[in-house]
Amino acid sequence: MLELRDVTVSYGMIDALKGISLNVQQGEIIALIGANGAGKSTTLMSISGITRLRSGQVFFEDRPLSELPPHEIVRLGISQAPEGRHIFPRMTVRENLEMGAFQREKHEFAGDIERVHDLFPTLLERSRQLGGTLSGGEQQMLSIARALMSRPRLLLLDEPSLGLAPIIVTRIFRIIREINEQGTTILLVEQNAKAALRLAHRAYVMETGKIVMQGTSAALGNDPGIKKAYLGE
Amino acid sequence: MGGILQFVKRNIGSAVIPLWVFILFLPFTGIGAALRMALTAGFLILLWNMAKRKVPGSFRASLRSAIAGPAERLSPFLSHARSGWAQVLLVLFLLLLPLFLSDYFRDVMTLTCMYIVLALGLNIVVGQAGLLNLGYVAFYAIGAYTYAILSTAFGISFWPGLALGAFCAAVFAALLGWPTLKLRGDYFAIVTLGLGEITRIVLNNWDKLTGGPNGISNIGRPVIAGHTFQTTLDFYYLILFIVILAVFSMNRLIRSRIGRAWIAIREDEVAAEAMGIDTFRLKLLAFVIGSAWAGLTGVFFAAKMAFVSPESFTFFESVMILCMVVLGGMGSVPGIILGALLLITLPEVFRDLQDYRMLAFGIALVLMMIFRPQGLLGTVKAGTR
Repeated sequence: MLELRDVTVSYGMIDALKGISLNVQQGEIIALIGANGAGKSTTLMSISGITRLRSGQVFFEDRPLSELPPHEIVRLGISQAPEGRHIFPRMTVRENLEMGAFQREKHEFAGDIERVHDLFPTLLERSRQLGGTLSGGEQQMLSIARALMSRPRLLLLDEPSLGLAPIIVTRIFRIIREINEQGTTILLVEQNAKAALRLAHRAYVMETGKIVMQGTSAALGNDPGIKKAYLGE
Repeated sequence: MGGILQFVKRNIGSAVIPLWVFILFLPFTGIGAALRMALTAGFLILLWNMAKRKVPGSFRASLRSAIAGPAERLSPFLSHARSGWAQVLLVLFLLLLPLFLSDYFRDVMTLTCMYIVLALGLNIVVGQAGLLNLGYVAFYAIGAYTYAILSTAFGISFWPGLALGAFCAAVFAALLGWPTLKLRGDYFAIVTLGLGEITRIVLNNWDKLTGGPNGISNIGRPVIAGHTFQTTLDFYYLILFIVILAVFSMNRLIRSRIGRAWIAIREDEVAAEAMGIDTFRLKLLAFVIGSAWAGLTGVFFAAKMAFVSPESFTFFESVMILCMVVLGGMGSVPGIILGALLLITLPEVFRDLQDYRMLAFGIALVLMMIFRPQGLLGTVKAGTR
């Protein structure tokens, strides 16, 4: 479904991605794990078209994406819940959701609002509250719900566990699995490797702009090197 | 002894403000008076500091409510004023009022209306799309000169001139915005600041086209059904019509899909991009529409004065229009009207204090930023995390 071929990205003199290749198959949850600054978020940003590639190619359902602007990539069916949530703090929860469906008409997305309310009942309760007044966990839910409003076939999630209490993380990860089971393919970036490996089918491990290891979650979870570096065992 | 030392240490920072007061007042008042002002300021700050330590927070809170209170009481009243009857009455009032006023007050009202249109236009750029434009006056000037040149050289009449002035300003905005709107944040502000100055300097020096510092005179007056616009009353009604048009179209625009996308860009550009909003095109659109209104007002200005010169288009004008938007409340149409009203009428009323006008603007803006950052009637709600 999604394929990155030898993608490089640089910010000025610094090479953030030094030749990344990965693929995501329809229906999968793929985790991209690694430490701070490994290039995980840059990978997602370059898939979304917000960061430009220096070389390499990104294909979505065999279409090259690298020349397309972000809004056309959203139209093709990829949407992202960016790192740090990036909700619109001075819009209500409802308005945030409507922004997520920006490219669609009102009558088209009425059903999607119901769907995300089913997934995240809290958001229905807080419908008229300003985004900025939500708690961190609720903001994360809003960010994911908003990304779902464009009806993506591929959902990019950037650190959904960032700064949240473990109990909320468990809840959000359960919902991510539910979204996947309803048919959305998911590429998940996480520092919380343990939780990510429990959720994902397969995973890639990144270090300083390169993919250093890949495999099924079970295999990676049992790898002694991974255990030592990321799982704290 | 130690106590005194500590007192000096604690208050040394406060000495900066009297120093500023001294420097600011020196050119207006001469050394003696400036020194007295600085000492007074220093004394007041000392009192303030002592009071602050005694009653922490409470004075601050009361000052905040003194500024924010009346504005908050006014806001619901203004939202009631949206009903149809209230609007008809308001328009009727504005139509009849000048009949009972002297020419001087009619002129002030016309001026206020002009700035309302300018501020509403700038609001699209600054208040809606969140682009800091410091050279807005350039587009006002382009509109004015477009009509001035077309009228004197080609005898083009006012009405097509109005459209052409707005169109020219829009084209210039598009040409400038195309390369520069890809810049992020403050760079755009610097580019527009440069544009404002360049435009004025070009107008001042391109003698053959613009008449240089002498400007262009004998610009054609508007004519409608054989009646030539001459009196202050004629021009007041014309600009009032433009204001109504502007308010109506802005209200529509702000509530539209495009308006919501602008707010999203202002709130969080990365998120807006991730939502599938074509941020570049929408920012360009805001810049072009805002500039077109400035161009249109410029044409009106040229026709009213029958004379234009570069003097009317200084950086100060840009700052003043920006102040109206910020003071009144970014993104709020009634707020911006209030801002324009205050900034035009108050200096007219207090003409004797004109030298201190800039100082008062500065103080007002600083106080606003501290106590009511969303502006007097702003829609942008503060206090979020």
